[in-house]
Amino acid sequence: MTYIAKPKLHHPALTHNAAGFTRRDYEGTISTLCAGCGHDSISAAIIHACFELNIEPHRVAKLSGIGCSSKSPTYFLGNSHGFNTVHGRMPSVLTGANLANRELIYLGVSGDGDSASIGLGQFAHVMRRGVNMVYVVMNNGVYGLTKGQFSATADRGSKSKKGAVNQDSAIDLASLAILMGATFVARSFSGDKTQLVPLIKAAISHQGAAILDVISPCVAFNNHAGSTKSYDYIREHNEAMNRLDFITGQEPITADYAPGTVTDVLQHDGTTLRLRKLAEDYDPSDKAGALAHIQERAAAGEVATGLLYLDPLPRDLHEGLNTVAAPLNSLPDEALVPGRAALVKINAGLR
Amino acid sequence: MPVVNMHTRTPIAAINDFVVKFANVNGSGSASANELFARAILRMGVPVSPRNIFPSNIQGLPTWFEVRVTEKGYLGRRGGVDMMVAMNPQTWAQDLKEIEAGGYLLYDSTRPMPASAFRDDITVIGIPLTAICNATYADVRQRQLFKNIICLGVLSWLFEIEPKEIERLFSEQYKGKEALLASNVKALNLGRDYARDNVATGTCHLKVRRADAVGDMIFVEGNSAAALGCVYGGATVCAWYPITPSTSVVEAFQSYCKKLRHDPETGEARYAIVQAEDELASIGMVIGAAWNGARAFTATSGPGISLMTEFIGLAYFAEIPAVLINVQRGGPSTGMPTRTQQADLLSCAYASNGDTKHVLLFPEDPKECFDFSAAALDLADRLQTPIFVMTDLDIGMNYRLCKPFEWDENRSLDRGKVMTAEDLDAGKTFGRYLDVDGDGIPYRTFPGTHATKGSYFTRGTSKNRMAGYSEAGPDYVENMERLLKKFETAKTYAPAPIAHLAPSPSRCGVLYFGSTAPAMAEALDNLAEADAPLDAMRIRAFPFADSVAEFIANHEQVFVVEQNRDGQLRSMLINEIGVDPAKIIAVLHFDGTPITARFIVKAISTHLGKTDAATKTLVHS
Repeated sequence: MTYIAKPKLHHPALTHNAAGFTRRDYEGTISTLCAGCGHDSISAAIIHACFELNIEPHRVAKLSGIGCSSKSPTYFLGNSHGFNTVHGRMPSVLTGANLANRELIYLGVSGDGDSASIGLGQFAHVMRRGVNMVYVVMNNGVYGLTKGQFSATADRGSKSKKGAVNQDSAIDLASLAILMGATFVARSFSGDKTQLVPLIKAAISHQGAAILDVISPCVAFNNHAGSTKSYDYIREHNEAMNRLDFITGQEPITADYAPGTVTDVLQHDGTTLRLRKLAEDYDPSDKAGALAHIQERAAAGEVATGLLYLDPLPRDLHEGLNTVAAPLNSLPDEALVPGRAALVKINAGLR
Repeated sequence: MPVVNMHTRTPIAAINDFVVKFANVNGSGSASANELFARAILRMGVPVSPRNIFPSNIQGLPTWFEVRVTEKGYLGRRGGVDMMVAMNPQTWAQDLKEIEAGGYLLYDSTRPMPASAFRDDITVIGIPLTAICNATYADVRQRQLFKNIICLGVLSWLFEIEPKEIERLFSEQYKGKEALLASNVKALNLGRDYARDNVATGTCHLKVRRADAVGDMIFVEGNSAAALGCVYGGATVCAWYPITPSTSVVEAFQSYCKKLRHDPETGEARYAIVQAEDELASIGMVIGAAWNGARAFTATSGPGISLMTEFIGLAYFAEIPAVLINVQRGGPSTGMPTRTQQADLLSCAYASNGDTKHVLLFPEDPKECFDFSAAALDLADRLQTPIFVMTDLDIGMNYRLCKPFEWDENRSLDRGKVMTAEDLDAGKTFGRYLDVDGDGIPYRTFPGTHATKGSYFTRGTSKNRMAGYSEAGPDYVENMERLLKKFETAKTYAPAPIAHLAPSPSRCGVLYFGSTAPAMAEALDNLAEADAPLDAMRIRAFPFADSVAEFIANHEQVFVVEQNRDGQLRSMLINEIGVDPAKIIAVLHFDGTPITARFIVKAISTHLGKTDAATKTLVHS
């Protein structure tokens, strides 16, 4: 959680995106995470995705809980408001923020301790409610800041750096999110930017509860032989279900793939998700099938990645509450205070 | 024989000044008939103060409904019962014991009771209610429900309550359901006719006479009033978790919003209510919404406050507005969920780990629940900190007569210090934790305000004035001292205490707050009549106004009357003002029932009688 700002100077030839910003405008302060930490790669992917989506940085609100993962929002989107809340409770704060202003993009950043242990309840409920957000779990299977205890996503039988063997079952946050009603569920790997960036872009454009479970190795405490969250292990066991191309409304859709291998999915906001099938029998629109498939892969020792589940036309929290289109935080007094005459009537009814 | 009058004591005679208590089984439909009894008297222009004393249960356990009839307008509990309407065999012995000597017992005499079951110093009125019902109604449910209305008929005859007022209440209640209206009127008359034909005139000397003592006052529950205050205070986000006795705050908020907060054209809502998964999430949502510029509140009770404590610390330290309506119940732990107490003062005033102080408001009745809830939303934005509205079950869940709600048409919501895009463009310096005005209150921006200026990263960790993370001692100390200054500033915004001074200077004073107020009003009158007039001051907020310290300084001894075991307000006075503990005497009532005027009078007069009293604490006997 650094206070060392990056120098503002940058090369005059840096490219600007359609919104007039350079990539530097999406950066934050210098990271104080360990060199090689997967979280920094995820931060870079977020910066990359926001730049390419032409998002105005101040239209993003970033929220996090507690832990190494939750420190990372200071390392990207320095012109966005940020809120580092309390351990495991970011989802409720994000939900409240979303209720107040439905027009911003909400980026929730959490870790496996924050989401799967202390915050499992809030994790489940924010998915159930269909809060329009991107929820990124930087998942390393270990408590970093307290130096190497197992987290609840650590696989049974995996080894800690000190040699202890984990006896408890792992919580699969992606499967749980699908069960709880999240409408965009993806898993990726911090070391696979090609896969991760389009998934972040698609998640941002998704108008419902989107979660990315990103395996993000901890170089200090969980990158050894016997760990199932190390760079080597994930590279060997990563099984991508599909490849995603994210296509904005303006871009032409070209079909140069063999029939049956590509699916185009139109989202609420006019963007298209083009899915190139990699696993023959995987259908991300089939909830039960997706869950079964993820479990089969896990039993085979593989980590299923890619866009695991998608409902492209979700119903978000505001739709259920039937709130006005204008952000609640922008309503003027006269839209909120019923006035004296209404009160006189209320008084009359109480006699 | 329906009436047994033992005559060892002269029956109590009173007009418009007595206490009737109904002992029932909960879930038997008695509540609505009992409420009609109270409302009918009110419609005759005589103030009443009803109180539900109910179990944490849905069906089958004892429940009581106590009605204070009081032309003088004493809306607290007096203590003692002049007539017991004993309909619950489970509590018969206890109920009988509570009747004043010379008082009355009304019971269902269908099954004969031995004379030993009664007392010889009360008037016993037996009405075979079950027999009348069984003879009239075939349906079991009807027998149960109309028994309560027949009983109401008997009481209306005995007290001379005008039946047309009850019939008018029926017709308001059953508008459009004429069959129900007719059957209720029939049951009422069954009771009245039975009493007329079987109870000798002059048996009951407790009477209601039409008066003009109600005026334009309204009859409302504190929880409903607090909810309406939140509507008027501009709350747009409510996140909550059900907990007795606060649940009806949110139910009322929902119902008022349905009427008052939907766009007339689109039907869309200008509010959002979320039932959270627990109290942690509900306060988290409130904090998220308020950080993002919406006015937000939650309603809860003591156990909920315990769960919210971590987040309350965050809101204090990150300086985020939040309104918590704490409808207090008996603690600790699950405590007495359906009983009243004022026992969360310390847990709210200093909630969180580390050094914190929070603003508390103490409403005395529904009118102040309305005022203070609306004010709390302003205060939260103004002070950028959590504000607690400290009501309790006695105020929250009972109908209370109070002044009508008022709203100044020129009042605008105080959004506090918010920097806009225009301010930022004009070059104003923005530092989220920078004390620009010297009052300890910094400026804030809402997310999404400006593309390049005014964003900040907030957190529960220590920071410098520009919101940068800092573990430097001087930054931390400066911030913590500014928070203290801000708390001092809160004094100028919080409701001031109200003093009631005795006609001539008094050596002793009384401090009290919240739901103790109506019983205190009666107690002070009684003490004055007994040649012990006292100066009194009702505290309405924490931090304590300077006038509280002055009041204590100006009296030799000060009683602090509270509804908790440990004298929590007294501790706070000692802690915050530095008062000599020997000077302030705790008067504590904490059995879960609302405090009575008699209790206060007894405690204070006993103490005043003992000039060399060794004990400083007078506990409920």
